[in-house]
Amino acid sequence: MTATISIVDYGMGNIGSLTNMLRRIGAKAEVVSDIKSLTHADKILLPGVGAFDAAMARIHELGFYDVLRTKALDDKTPLMGICLGMQLLTSQSEEGRVTGLGLIPGKARKFPKIDRLKVPHMGWNTVDIKKQTSITEHLPEDPRFYFVHSYYVKANNPADRMLTCQYGLDFDAGIQRDKIYGVQFHPEKSHKFGMALLRGFVDLPC
Amino acid sequence: MLRTRIIPALLLHGKSLVKTERFGKFRYIGDPANTVRIFNELEVDELTFLDIKTCRTGSDPDFELLQNIATECFMPLSYGGGIRSFDAAKLIFDTGFEKVTLNSILAQKPQVLTDIAKIYGTQAVVASIDVKRSFWGSEKIATHGAKKMSSKDVVAWAKELEDRGAGEILLTAVDREGTWDGFDLDLIKRVTDAVDIPVIAHGGAGTLEDIGEAVHHAGASAVALGSMVVFQKKGMGVLVNFPQEDALNAVLTSHDT
Repeated sequence: MTATISIVDYGMGNIGSLTNMLRRIGAKAEVVSDIKSLTHADKILLPGVGAFDAAMARIHELGFYDVLRTKALDDKTPLMGICLGMQLLTSQSEEGRVTGLGLIPGKARKFPKIDRLKVPHMGWNTVDIKKQTSITEHLPEDPRFYFVHSYYVKANNPADRMLTCQYGLDFDAGIQRDKIYGVQFHPEKSHKFGMALLRGFVDLPC
Repeated sequence: MLRTRIIPALLLHGKSLVKTERFGKFRYIGDPANTVRIFNELEVDELTFLDIKTCRTGSDPDFELLQNIATECFMPLSYGGGIRSFDAAKLIFDTGFEKVTLNSILAQKPQVLTDIAKIYGTQAVVASIDVKRSFWGSEKIATHGAKKMSSKDVVAWAKELEDRGAGEILLTAVDREGTWDGFDLDLIKRVTDAVDIPVIAHGGAGTLEDIGEAVHHAGASAVALGSMVVFQKKGMGVLVNFPQEDALNAVLTSHDT
């Protein structure tokens, strides 16, 4: 029996589509918004849409900062950050002044002003698998996903880069270290590709 | 590489999907939920729903219907039609839609656009501009389902909406809509040259070549399809479909990346 996926609700981002997709692939999902529930989570999804600082402020306010770090680093609870959630896993963002969760060293930077490059990066884009992991193993051929973001991440350590993407420059579409994963795109809006990725996370042993 | 967005634009009237011609009378297409399921199978990357009843009658969006649609979709969704306030937009986002499309309200209360963009981000707001050519050939901006006209300049209006916080522009040529006669490339180019945000070309797509032209010759970042995705062929019966991947790639593969 697979574990329940706990989706962290800190008030930023739409959880509905994520729960819908998890339900569609037959996973059990719950939404957690308090410390106790988060502490008991077997697998954690950290979604997020919006500003880095505002998100970190909410996470501190709710007392989630220490719990998330302990769960990820000490308990080795599988954790996946989505979109802003992935950026929060890193050290900090150019967008704000606050530090992130610091689980995978890296920094979020704004896409540069290059001629004809529209920001945010919005739409479907193809990704390259830099490092095969349990969650990328079953992706269909020519994987593509739906992106919408103005800031990009490049992990400090090349060994942490899981998926890469091209948009004006080369950036990380996915990062991974141990059981900590981050994806810049929205799997819940990437139909069969998103489902394959989430299924990989759901099937991870914990 | 970023794919050019090819977006089925589906028109709602009451609880049904319909298709109009030149914003006039409409034909019944089918049940929205069933149609969405078909687009899911076809692995379409994005859908836009536009409720034409709300702008004709002044009614509110059918939130229950939209909820049903959102639960079926696993790709980005936009909705437009009867959104006249921040609160209405919030309800649409809570239902699971990524973007809201604003049109008629922009003429009277453009501040609504800015308010929504400030909280949800500019990428969540699509400014819709419907353009109609008068009898003498001059352009007019049409609102309320092309029932009211304004003589504002289209390019100036597009720039103003960009400044106010629109993330992209849905540019519809009223006179081409439903005709399969091809896009108004001149109109599209004038707007794409003037703004930095993506412009979605809408109204007139009849062939894959039309799609290619809108993108390569007129600078459209995305293309919305109406008749092409709900009818078998021009003048023929209803068939929910989507252009073949290979055929689409052939017209979209450009000379730059």
